[in-house]
Amino acid sequence: MTLQGWMQIALYGAVVLALVKPLGGYMTRVFNGERTLLSPVVAPFERGLYRLSGIDARQEQSWLGYAGAMVVFNGLGFVLLYALLRLQAGLPLNPAGQAAVAPDLAFNTAASFVTNTNWQSYGGETTLSYLSQMLGLTVQNFVSAASGMAVAVALIRGFGRASTKTLGSFWVDLTRATLYVLLPLCLLLALVLVSQGMPQTLGPSVEATTLEGIRQTIAVGPVASQVAIKMLGTNGGGFFNANAAHPFENPTALSNLLQMVAIFAIGAAMTNVFGRMVGDERQGWAILSAMGVLFLAGVLVTYWAEANPNGVLAHLGLSGGNMEGKEVRFGIAASALFATITTAASCGAVNAMHDSFTALGGLVPLLNMQLGEVIVGGVGAGLYGMLVFVIVAIFVAGLMVGRTPEYLGKKIEAREVKMAMLGILCLPLAMLGFTALATVLPAGLAGPANAGPHGFSEILYAYTSAAANNGSAFGGLTANTPFYNATLAVAMLLGRFFVKIPVLAIAGSLAAKKTVPASAGTLPTHGGLFVGLLVGVVLIIGGLTFFPSLALGPIVEHLAGEAGQTFPAGG
Amino acid sequence: MSNPLRPALVLLVAQTAVTGLAYPLAVTGLAGTIFPAKAAGSLVERGGRVVGSELIGQNFASAGYFHGRPSATTAPDPADPAKTVPAPYNAGNSMGSNLGPTSAALAERVRGDLGALRAENPGRPVPVDLVTASGSGLDPDISPEAALFQLPRVAKARNIPEDRLRDLVAGQVRGRTLGLLGEPRVNVLALNLALDELTSR
Repeated sequence: MTLQGWMQIALYGAVVLALVKPLGGYMTRVFNGERTLLSPVVAPFERGLYRLSGIDARQEQSWLGYAGAMVVFNGLGFVLLYALLRLQAGLPLNPAGQAAVAPDLAFNTAASFVTNTNWQSYGGETTLSYLSQMLGLTVQNFVSAASGMAVAVALIRGFGRASTKTLGSFWVDLTRATLYVLLPLCLLLALVLVSQGMPQTLGPSVEATTLEGIRQTIAVGPVASQVAIKMLGTNGGGFFNANAAHPFENPTALSNLLQMVAIFAIGAAMTNVFGRMVGDERQGWAILSAMGVLFLAGVLVTYWAEANPNGVLAHLGLSGGNMEGKEVRFGIAASALFATITTAASCGAVNAMHDSFTALGGLVPLLNMQLGEVIVGGVGAGLYGMLVFVIVAIFVAGLMVGRTPEYLGKKIEAREVKMAMLGILCLPLAMLGFTALATVLPAGLAGPANAGPHGFSEILYAYTSAAANNGSAFGGLTANTPFYNATLAVAMLLGRFFVKIPVLAIAGSLAAKKTVPASAGTLPTHGGLFVGLLVGVVLIIGGLTFFPSLALGPIVEHLAGEAGQTFPAGG
Repeated sequence: MSNPLRPALVLLVAQTAVTGLAYPLAVTGLAGTIFPAKAAGSLVERGGRVVGSELIGQNFASAGYFHGRPSATTAPDPADPAKTVPAPYNAGNSMGSNLGPTSAALAERVRGDLGALRAENPGRPVPVDLVTASGSGLDPDISPEAALFQLPRVAKARNIPEDRLRDLVAGQVRGRTLGLLGEPRVNVLALNLALDELTSR
């Protein structure tokens, strides 16, 4: 570990924190329907859209109406994307002549993008036409992110309102999230990324003749526009197979910093939106602090693990940190930081191959996802995921002192706790259930490229990433098979909608409650005690649920590696 | 509850038009106008021919050029398209090795590369980036130490004094961005172009 490394990490944290208030204030105005800087340009277009859709922007929905609208919208998006992938061979903007995507891969990819996961069973430059990347993937990158933000805002309104049946309009929240937040930020970011060397062209691959006279075919494309939304929307699906490790998808150390900032920017600012909308910004900062504590712990472990030589290679007399799967222009600190960020948020973009991380360096990304990606998390998804843990933490505190738990003046009762537990339990069910299945079925065991405990980690990582809607991978796993495509798609859909719908149910039930004034017995939820309690609950639930699986994978592998033991493939 | 199908359909089509077409096309237009060379892929030409991209590594193999890092990219096997064969620096199919830390294949590969490099320049510690495969398989850079490590081989093949080459390498080192971000590095293609220039004079 170097001083430069830690200073990069500190600079990153400072930039993200500096953005929380301005971006949070702006997004609060957007979701409250107030005028913003962009209104003169965007509002007429926005009104036209509502007229065309036949919706009244002032008409709000109950939680069921809100959830129904979300499901119908995402369902249609799924069908459109599937159709596009299956038909791409006959559609325009296909200079490389890509064939139709196979049914199981198209199903997996559609599920992957509609759920904001962006799991890549496909290899971008070898499978997809430019049209599929633009009309299919880029669009879902926007709308899946916007629909995550919408659900978070609905939950915030549940806390902020009293004695009402409605949570806002899904259509309006979705539209405003895209037009006022995501699109302008993406335009700006995309151009800055091109200035760093990221291609943005509709031309075909370039044929070059290298200095040694060999022909090199260089894949290019409309990269920057997709990368901007992939980061800001915490989607993570790469234009290229190697994702943000590809020099075109992340050309410089500065583009790397900007992409990392983009991953956290909106998610971190959502905590400020929360604080503002419930009328006490300190509540937002408390939640962000809990996220920050968990994040720093993750960065520390990953950076330390990667800066030390891999045990097996050290036995060969190689010194220096673990550079397998990493790029020279980023080095170890920026790669370890990126890996922690991308799995703390539900992004899943990678600038280094997680599969080749040291055992403990790879454990942190895995654990980040298993905790439910509540450490800043996906845009919207991180906040509502953390608020679900807040409900459990408040409930636990209530049990300890023997009073009805309350949060922000709302009594937390049986219905909220049940729904919170439903949301929390569906993740381990999908992650561990499918992992167990894949480790006993021949179709599952055919997947891993590495043998021994690392092979188990590859399977565990895949289902964890899918259910948590992350999308990063231990890429050695051969996942483009009917078995993995189908089971991973189901895990992604479970992990998305079986959290979102209970969250909306909580929001509906909270909005209907009266607000009770705080009393001397109320647990203050903006201080260090509460932050500690929240961190504890997240770690205890995650730890108890997932420790056995981590022990079988990364922990065993670490011990074997330190002893110099290796595992031959196929053995 | 009003029927959600109409707003869902209209908004999906509108969002597709705005975010799927207008947005990427607007970025393409703007990028092509403001940063035409970068938007096209930072291509490098010599004598009117495209010799590669500044950002994409190449598979330098001859003794007279500086080499890049090991690359794990593959290509379809010409004999059997269902299989793949190693094709280092295949810029149409980026990938890392994805070998785990306890992989026997990784240990074997590193042992082999270490042996070859130690034979080439005995007594010097081998820089770690010269024996580890990059994440993309297309890493355009090596560390300054990795460039200096290769001096004796290149000097001998080109019949140039090592000191002149050392100056050449020193001129090609790019420092950290803002003195802080990333790591110092040498672009292998740029270095080799400068090397060709040096010897052709």
